[in-house]
Amino acid sequence: MVKYIGKRMASLIVVILGVILIIYLIMYLLPGDVTQFILGTNYTEEGAESLRESLGLNRPFIIQYIHYVWGLLHGDFGISYVSKMPVRVQLFSRFPNTLILVSCSMILCVALSIPMGIYSAVKPKTFLSNLIQGLGMIGIALPSFWLGLMLILLFSVKLSWLPSLGSVSLKGIILPSITLCVSFMASTMRMMRSSMLEVLNQDYIRTARAKGANFREIIYHHAMKNSMLPVITMIGMNIGSQMGGSVLTESVFSYPGVGLLLMNSIASRDTPTILGCLVLMALSIGICNLVVDILMLYIDPRLKTLIIKGIG
Amino acid sequence: MLLFKKRNQRDQQKNLRLQSVISRFMGNPLAVLGLILFSVILLATLSVGFFLDYEQSALAFNIPQRLVPPNGTNWFGTDEMGRDEFARILFGARYTLSVGFVSTLFAVIVGGIFGAVSGYFGGITDNIIMRIMEIMMCLPSMILAIAIVVALGGSILNMVVAVGISNVPKFARIVRSSVMGVRNTEYVQAAQIIGTPFIPLLFRHILRNCMGPVIVQATLIFAMSILSISSLSFLGLGIQAPTPEWGNMLSDGKDYMRGNAYLVLAPGLAIFFSIFSLNLIGDGLRDALDPRMDI
Repeated sequence: MVKYIGKRMASLIVVILGVILIIYLIMYLLPGDVTQFILGTNYTEEGAESLRESLGLNRPFIIQYIHYVWGLLHGDFGISYVSKMPVRVQLFSRFPNTLILVSCSMILCVALSIPMGIYSAVKPKTFLSNLIQGLGMIGIALPSFWLGLMLILLFSVKLSWLPSLGSVSLKGIILPSITLCVSFMASTMRMMRSSMLEVLNQDYIRTARAKGANFREIIYHHAMKNSMLPVITMIGMNIGSQMGGSVLTESVFSYPGVGLLLMNSIASRDTPTILGCLVLMALSIGICNLVVDILMLYIDPRLKTLIIKGIG
Repeated sequence: MLLFKKRNQRDQQKNLRLQSVISRFMGNPLAVLGLILFSVILLATLSVGFFLDYEQSALAFNIPQRLVPPNGTNWFGTDEMGRDEFARILFGARYTLSVGFVSTLFAVIVGGIFGAVSGYFGGITDNIIMRIMEIMMCLPSMILAIAIVVALGGSILNMVVAVGISNVPKFARIVRSSVMGVRNTEYVQAAQIIGTPFIPLLFRHILRNCMGPVIVQATLIFAMSILSISSLSFLGLGIQAPTPEWGNMLSDGKDYMRGNAYLVLAPGLAIFFSIFSLNLIGDGLRDALDPRMDI
């Protein structure tokens, strides 16, 4: 058991190193001379040379990469070219906001999509279940940024109930989290539905029915537990995609999160901050995946036996 | 003669299978709806060049006519430069749809090659390729696409690469598992024994067998790519301003949306309907091709 978790963590480290390598390589290819950009009007050949020296830009790629990772291990994300502040300070002032946004939308997503999915699987071909499925089809195809704009039009321009700017407050977070969660809600709902339908067709459900167990009991005790497994895996993966999706949502609502920081630093070509944002997102996604994997072991004891037998 | 007869028979069988897939697809009202919707969008996109002049109707400024609400001549109104929104949406479809299509094709080809090599050879090759794919899967496609577009710049070709690369792992995984499924079947072994070279073996005998799931996934990924492209352009990273593209039309329109809601309504609906119709087609194809039903 411990061995499995250890192995999983080791592979996480490899994956994260690889992710950082890919991002770092992409950023390394960024065209244009950084020194010219930082120095602006004060640009001189010697100044640029010494700046390159002090930023370590004249060293080979692999050395720079190792240096960067070594810095990361000490919590050092480098220094922003624009604000001259440590990137870490910027990141950690923004990251909690993104975390709050993603968790709000995650809670909304789980609280609505799972009951809807179960309902449309248990009572198919009713009006409500058709409606849910139709909404699911629409929800998947809705571009989130457009939905955000429409919500602003409706709730802040027409009805003026909610502010159009997102912020970390009860009112300011409602629209961004709805925007962020709709497409994930639709896909989670569809997953829940199909997984429930599959479980309901299995023999043990028929046995439970045959022995006369209450229908509600069957759904909540017998079917729900098994049908939740793929849904939980999917929710875990969704957290990652939501981190990516938050870039769009945050820039629609000007919500002060990591996504907005990323967009602003792209506009000002602030490479260390861009890098920091991307690495932080990848890091949190990796950790989320690990947590979900470990959680699955406790939810589904069959996996444990598989691992003990050495198959997993 | 016998050979000819056999070949004929084989063709007939193939036709039968194709026919059953088509008839199942056509029996699904949602899939047909998707097909009709998408055909209408495609037809409008392809034919707009015959009716309107690109420079004149989608790019030229016409300031006296700016921000006119929808009416008889300007069906979707005009934007802040007085350009007809309807024409811009139709011309914009050219960019969004073609970049989406080509980037999907890119992902299918590159992912397919990696997946086929990885599934066919197995062992250490498989291990290395799949680890790389896993690392790429760990990055959400949006973030990877943003990183690539930022580094390479937002030209059309770079958009194809950025959006395509983030979808490569999905196809690699599908093709790999399908190839692994048929690699050890008797007919592949027979083909190997009679000395079929690697490339024909792969394309003629192995990959043909896993086209179904790839086509289904490609339709759905096409829809996702349209979303990614318009998202990138909306963020100002993709196709740049004067070019009509649904995403950057939205981001232009959002500054005027308080008084002129139609400027954000129309491009958004265009994105929505393209994705919606492709999703319906993809779902319909999956149901029609599902081998479990093919008994």
